[in-house]
Amino acid sequence: MTAPLLSVRDLRVNFPTRSGVFEAVRGITFDLGRERLGVVGESGSGKSMTGRAILGLVRPPGKVTAERIDLQGQPILNLPEDQMRAIRGQRISMVMQDPKFSLNPVMTVGAQIMEAYRLHARATRAEARQKALDMLAAVQIRDPQRVFDSYPHEVSGGMGQRIMIAMMLAPDPDILIADEPTSALDVSVRTEVLRIMDRLVQDRGMGLIFISHDLNLVAQFCDRVLIMYAGRVVETLAASDLHNARHPYTQGLLNSLPRLDTAVDRLPVLKREASWRDAEILTPQPGGL
Amino acid sequence: MSGGNGTTGTGGRALFGPRFGRNLRAIGGVLLSLGLTLLGLLLITFIIGRIMPIDPVLKVVGDRATQAQYDAAYQAMGLDRPLWEQFLRYITDVVQGNFGRSISTGHPVAEDLKRVFPATVELATLGTLIGVLVGVPLGVIAAARRGGWIDQIARVVALVGYSVPIFWLGLMGLLLFYGILGWVGGPGRQGIIYDGMVPTVTGMILIDSLLAGDWGAFRDAFSHIILPASLLGYFSLAYISRMTRSFMLEQLSAEYIITARVKGMTERRVIWRHAFRNIMVPLITVIALSFASLLEGSVLTEIVFSWPGLGQYITKALLAGDMNAVLGGTVVIGTCFILLNLLSDILYRVLDPRSG
Repeated sequence: MTAPLLSVRDLRVNFPTRSGVFEAVRGITFDLGRERLGVVGESGSGKSMTGRAILGLVRPPGKVTAERIDLQGQPILNLPEDQMRAIRGQRISMVMQDPKFSLNPVMTVGAQIMEAYRLHARATRAEARQKALDMLAAVQIRDPQRVFDSYPHEVSGGMGQRIMIAMMLAPDPDILIADEPTSALDVSVRTEVLRIMDRLVQDRGMGLIFISHDLNLVAQFCDRVLIMYAGRVVETLAASDLHNARHPYTQGLLNSLPRLDTAVDRLPVLKREASWRDAEILTPQPGGL
Repeated sequence: MSGGNGTTGTGGRALFGPRFGRNLRAIGGVLLSLGLTLLGLLLITFIIGRIMPIDPVLKVVGDRATQAQYDAAYQAMGLDRPLWEQFLRYITDVVQGNFGRSISTGHPVAEDLKRVFPATVELATLGTLIGVLVGVPLGVIAAARRGGWIDQIARVVALVGYSVPIFWLGLMGLLLFYGILGWVGGPGRQGIIYDGMVPTVTGMILIDSLLAGDWGAFRDAFSHIILPASLLGYFSLAYISRMTRSFMLEQLSAEYIITARVKGMTERRVIWRHAFRNIMVPLITVIALSFASLLEGSVLTEIVFSWPGLGQYITKALLAGDMNAVLGGTVVIGTCFILLNLLSDILYRVLDPRSG
């Protein structure tokens, strides 16, 4: 068996605070192949921090420890900063929540995409410009030339997120971490943006880590789902198997969604139990996948 | 769902780009507000001149004049006319550069200002230059290495800058660098040998001596200006570095900085190319304000260093009740404030694509 794209073992992220150490991520283990992996959990469950930790972007005083983080068999945990820089963008990239804040307001869209590309590829300005225009076309922007010269405040949220995707995919990374990529967008453009991202990721045979709090969305767009609770993975299962979830937290999440097909008087409220924090991880039963 | 707002042309940074028509309208608006602000400034100085409990006629004729002489002067100065007529006359005079005659120096105020203002501008410009060249990098590095030793040093430097009185530091500086070490020239703008040797073109001796190609005079003027300019520079760098630091901290916690890091660029590039470009607009306001305050407020430095500048001129005139000189100087300083505001306004438009 070939090494997975990304292999994470016992990842922990700690923040020392005045009232003791806050454990944002408490021992996460997973493998990512050329697939779409959904990471679902409520706010503060450590899902975003997991993404940052893989990229080596947890700022001090935060501390990342792990048994190992391997990128295609090569250890990347605690690499020196200059080697980590070569991995960021070029091999692992990330799309963040709100393009209104994640694009630099005083640089043109084109300059930002060209920059992402030229940081890793030996390319002339003209080549980079062409690449940027191609990428804008690839995310189905109708008038790439005009958008290339615009500033982020001149484009809509949906277009901004497509620009973000174009920018992050320009250096051709192996893995894309999408951290709530559609949470800030209008419902009407969410699916469109996701489809575009999904197609690009599939066509390039990339691995996708899709971080979201939206179970339905994840079920729709991912192959496999990790359910996180309080900094740990409580359950992992195939997206198609979501209805067979065994963990009470996952079941609770599913039950708290409104349904169209049956009448429900009152949506059940999730009742958290202290034992979930440290219980065994539930994995699919043999033959379940 | 597609974005854009129709006016999205190419670039948009250049003042005379494809958005020239819109820029022209903006410039027209700016000029109009500039004119109104100047008019307001003149109205205020006019009112101050009228309500001050100093009899301008008495100042001219002296207190031993007869009633007839007094009345003649009263009429000659137009003080018997209605106020609005006096105001119109005042504006006409000021626009023609006529601020009246200074009683304490005996020269027309305009002539005095032409002499003292360049001295202040020279000092304030060099001071601001030092403040910016040291303060901005210091603030940026302090923010980038928050809590590190550079940050701590910057904090102490700023604290001292805020709290030590400038005249004390000036006297100590003179004592050390002029009196004991002899590294710099003493008080005044020039050594006695070079006094009046360089033809006056701009009134700023550093520039005039360069224009005349007189290196000796330049070195001499430089050795005189460097100490007071460094002092003013120190005080403005205390302010500029603190503001730069807080602007940078705000930007460095923004999401687009994470984007920049995800792209895999060096931290230096993240800081200067991404974060710094976003603080330039507020930073320009800070620099312009600090420059303007040096233009009006370096009285203490000017007195300690016997610098024949505007601050000293106005203070002396005020103490002598020489209202023409005070009001003339006030108009000049007020105009500087307005022009600096205008300049930072224009720079906003060039630097921030979101404005306009």
